[in-house]
Amino acid sequence: MASPEIEALTQALARLPGLGPRSARRAVLHLLKKREVALAPLLRALDAVNDKLAICSTCGNVDTTDPCSICADTRRDPRLLCVVEEVSDLWALDRSRLFPGHFHVLGGRLSALEGIRPEDLSIDKLIARVAVGGIDEVVLAMNATLEGQTTAHYLAERLETYPVRITQLAHGLPVGGELDYLDEGTLAQALRARRPVV
Amino acid sequence: MHLSRLSLTDFRSYADAVLSPGPGLVVLTGENGAGKTNILEAVSLLTPGRGLRGASLSDMARQAGAGGFSVAARLLPPPPFKGGDRGVGASLEEASLMAPTVPTPSHSPEGEGGIDIGTGILATAPERRQVRINGATGSATALGEWLSILWLTPAMDRLFTEGASGRRRFFDRLVLALEPSHATHAARYEAAMRARNKLLAEPETADPAWLSALEAGMAEHGARIAEARERALAMLGERLAAQADGPFARAGLAFGGWRPAEDAESAFRAELKTARGRDGAAGRTLAGPHRTDLLVTHLAKGQAAEHCSTGEQKALLLSIILAHADLVADRAGRRPILLLDEVAAHLDPSRRTALFARLESAGGQVWMTGTERALFEGLGGDATLLTVANGNVHHG
Repeated sequence: MASPEIEALTQALARLPGLGPRSARRAVLHLLKKREVALAPLLRALDAVNDKLAICSTCGNVDTTDPCSICADTRRDPRLLCVVEEVSDLWALDRSRLFPGHFHVLGGRLSALEGIRPEDLSIDKLIARVAVGGIDEVVLAMNATLEGQTTAHYLAERLETYPVRITQLAHGLPVGGELDYLDEGTLAQALRARRPVV
Repeated sequence: MHLSRLSLTDFRSYADAVLSPGPGLVVLTGENGAGKTNILEAVSLLTPGRGLRGASLSDMARQAGAGGFSVAARLLPPPPFKGGDRGVGASLEEASLMAPTVPTPSHSPEGEGGIDIGTGILATAPERRQVRINGATGSATALGEWLSILWLTPAMDRLFTEGASGRRRFFDRLVLALEPSHATHAARYEAAMRARNKLLAEPETADPAWLSALEAGMAEHGARIAEARERALAMLGERLAAQADGPFARAGLAFGGWRPAEDAESAFRAELKTARGRDGAAGRTLAGPHRTDLLVTHLAKGQAAEHCSTGEQKALLLSIILAHADLVADRAGRRPILLLDEVAAHLDPSRRTALFARLESAGGQVWMTGTERALFEGLGGDATLLTVANGNVHHG
């Protein structure tokens, strides 16, 4: 039986997403054995993040500076704005610098049944950003779920009055996907969204 | 595909039962309450959904059992020639003793053509349906890739006299067998509708842009639902029209209740927008594909189904289901298994003979129940005859 301190650490790690009691125990053992090379740097890293943790007041990204490093990056195209549901979506899109513009994180999606209303999301802030001007295109990068699509429709309607182009991510065949393995809904969507090759 | 073996463990009235049906007609006879319908229900669980009784999983476990149950089956492709390997009348023991000496066709149970599927619940997790396909864990939806099953039960006798929702569900099952994406659109349509109803319940705070976003979703999926139904109705109607006015009542199909406009998606969207006040006051959505009705007429008599006699109504349903089975067999390349519960008893001898002849010539596995063997006298010699008594099934 480990000491209460070690047990507390194990329990804290076990609650992290993707981990469980078993992996947490392994991680703790590793940290204890490699105190100098693993535990100390981890502590310093955690401390530094905890110290500087900031939510970007412009886009809602999580970073250690405000404005975040994406909003502050002058090489990015300020005329392009991509709206996502969660920070994880922003990170997925930014992982390989796919999108050259700026982002806006809503912090969720509209859900009447869960009681998530427009005022619970960062929508007024988005409208304000667009209203200031200088943005040519707003890309709605919501999930392809019913709630994600409802949110995209909602935003499109709210943004209608502003002189911006509103676009949405395409739905259909995944890259490298085989037709054979796709469900009918995706196939039907891909067929509806077909386009000329040349 | 047909079932060449069906085993039930702790299912309803059966502690442990094994059947070896042939690829054609399968007849279950036994007294009232002997457990004939339980066997049909077990077969019906081999497709997605809750089976022909629509019961909850925990109700299906045998009362004196441990709380779990399982239904397992071996599927074989249809025999290449009529009268192929079928252990008619042979008991299980005899069949397995005979197996090595019987010339083995390519689709023998031991060959690679067979697929083992099974479903059930564990006593420790009675609300979670388990599915195994060839030994691997699968989903209930994946069962639909192997089998389609259609049924006609005495509970459906009230279909034409009760509300539209039963007829709509009946027809949607037929659509689903032709277009699996129908289920996805229906689920999304209903989710969007529930959300809209919830917003309309508090009209003073309802955000019009949010409502319009939900209505866009309802219109998109609602239009897909209506289109799939129209396609299915047109194809089925064509089949039914081509049938002879023989011993069966030929059914004419049409939609009643809510109908989509020419430009279904945008028209429905506009309709929903103008109906916000009305729907909010009613507490539910009063227009849409969830308010469509299926109207059936007896073509030869030119009479609406609800005004026909009970026997005629049964014959109408039967003609729809048989036409649909033909349609699915043509379109999907595999004939659905039919479960006809207590159907023979409602037909006079000439119609019975005609039904058996039609089922035999169409091919495919058809499970039928009845209280006495005499009902099935017109059957050909290829049928598998099973007797149900005391929680047991035996061949012969």
